Amino acid sequence: MKPIWIMAGLTLREAARRKILWTALLAGALLLAVFAVAMRLQVAEFQGRAMSPFVRYQVEAGMLMIGLYTCDLLAVVLTILTSIDTLAGEISSGTIHAIATKPIARWQILLGKFLGFVGMISTYVVVTFYATIGVAYATTGVLPQHPVRGLLLVIFECMVALSLTFMFGTWFSTLTNGVLVLGLQGVAFMGGWLEQVSGFSQSVHIVTLGIVSSLVMPGESLWRRAAYEMQTPLAGSLSFSPFANVSIPSLTALAYAGLYFAVVLTVAVYHFNRRDL
Amino acid sequence: MMTTSPDFAIETHGLRKVFGPQVAVRNLSLTVPRGEIFGFLGPNGAGKSTSIKMLLGLVRPTAGRAQVLGAPVGDVAVRRHIGFLPEDFRFYEWLTATELVGLHGRLCGMTPARLRSRVPEVLDQVGLTPHRRRTLRGFSKGMLQRIGLAQALVHEPDLIFLDEPTSGLDPMGRRMVRDILRAERDRGATVFLNSHLLSEIEVTCDRVAFIKDGEVVATRDLGTGWQDETRVVVHAHGVSADAIAGLAPWASSPRLDGDHLQFTVASDQVLPHVVRHLVAAGADVFGVNRERMSLEEVFVTLMGEDRGL
Repeated sequence: MKPIWIMAGLTLREAARRKILWTALLAGALLLAVFAVAMRLQVAEFQGRAMSPFVRYQVEAGMLMIGLYTCDLLAVVLTILTSIDTLAGEISSGTIHAIATKPIARWQILLGKFLGFVGMISTYVVVTFYATIGVAYATTGVLPQHPVRGLLLVIFECMVALSLTFMFGTWFSTLTNGVLVLGLQGVAFMGGWLEQVSGFSQSVHIVTLGIVSSLVMPGESLWRRAAYEMQTPLAGSLSFSPFANVSIPSLTALAYAGLYFAVVLTVAVYHFNRRDL
Repeated sequence: MMTTSPDFAIETHGLRKVFGPQVAVRNLSLTVPRGEIFGFLGPNGAGKSTSIKMLLGLVRPTAGRAQVLGAPVGDVAVRRHIGFLPEDFRFYEWLTATELVGLHGRLCGMTPARLRSRVPEVLDQVGLTPHRRRTLRGFSKGMLQRIGLAQALVHEPDLIFLDEPTSGLDPMGRRMVRDILRAERDRGATVFLNSHLLSEIEVTCDRVAFIKDGEVVATRDLGTGWQDETRVVVHAHGVSADAIAGLAPWASSPRLDGDHLQFTVASDQVLPHVVRHLVAAGADVFGVNRERMSLEEVFVTLMGEDRGL
């Protein structure tokens, strides 16, 4: 077996043993239960009212987006918390010495670990997304427009966060790494809202600030594109929230996120390759 | 381009490592013959661990050249033939002893079929057969050293680096390490041993290098002539400073304390020359006493007084 796959398998097993993964799955299950109850209550409430099936469907689809947004948030936080330690911690503890002296190139160690995390996170996202969609369908019959596109974009959003924890992990301690990536995630979150506001506001400065924030960390724009792909065509015009879009990230924004991811991961590999262990 | 000899497992020339303002290794030049147990000695902070890390490609040299098993340091393919036990070995605690050794064997390119026979063999060698199904979480420091040794040996490497292998081991464990190192040498492997325990080095190594302030200050062949190294105390009157300075061709570290002149010679054979020189320089010689030096005494003589490092 190629060393890179040995590392990926080892990392997957290591990540699966972390309490944080099981805590996140538990949190996901609890949220799913709350979501299921909310959906049932909503359905019961609608039954007592004379309401256009069209409007009713839009509201239920909006609730599904809330559920999926929660899954997205949990997945990103899980990605950051499980991966901040993988390089930084093993470098500081010296665990990496026994691996980095084996016939495996440093880039293979890094990418093997990366693939291991992508495997774990993807599994988590698929399970929580389809469980949420399943609950929504069972209670209301509502389905997202393009669930696979949305799912892939959310996994990619997690991969962007993962590339950052890997890159900073080649420079900084676990704690600094976590603070930096969570900070950037905060910037991305703010950027997303500012871009939403810019849909209404005439302020050029707010628009610019929103765009700059999304350039610094494009993670949130990936979620907004995912939301756009999954929501009903009308939903975007119904409300203004992270679950529906006023300002839809363009394909150029997606390409930028792709480039950002590639550059960050390349820098991570380059620096890990050169640094002393 | 550095030429390499097939006789040497390690060759370095002017290897240097600087961390910011601090010089960790000043100028490391050494050759390690194949098939020997080579001891690497020096006080704390002398640059031993950094030197090992440079040879293993973990740390990038600032300057100088080095070859390991004929390949430049950092070469990935040659690591298939290298084993390494880091100081304070640690690894994922959830792996069992068998899993850990198997994993490192797979990383070294061993086939599953070979691992099935080799893993139990090497676990038996380090005395961990009864604990083969236990996870590392419950392992003592000594057991971790043993499993670390097993992962360093599983692929039957040609060159083995051991950084303080006996740390945390009881006397039986130390004896086990000594026996394993001898067995590895008999198999044809070269062992590069970094240890503080001079008594261990003395009984295990074929050759030692002393490193001080990031430079090799002396090497000794423990197999043959090193025991000729003798400390000499001469009881004499009227030893002048010139007479002491004139001892340089034969003796090192001379020190005059009243009527007692103390110095070290590499061989007994030079003593008549030394006495003739002292008499010719006007000293009255009353007696000459010789005593063999242990490795520890050689170490202290070479390194000087404890500088509180």
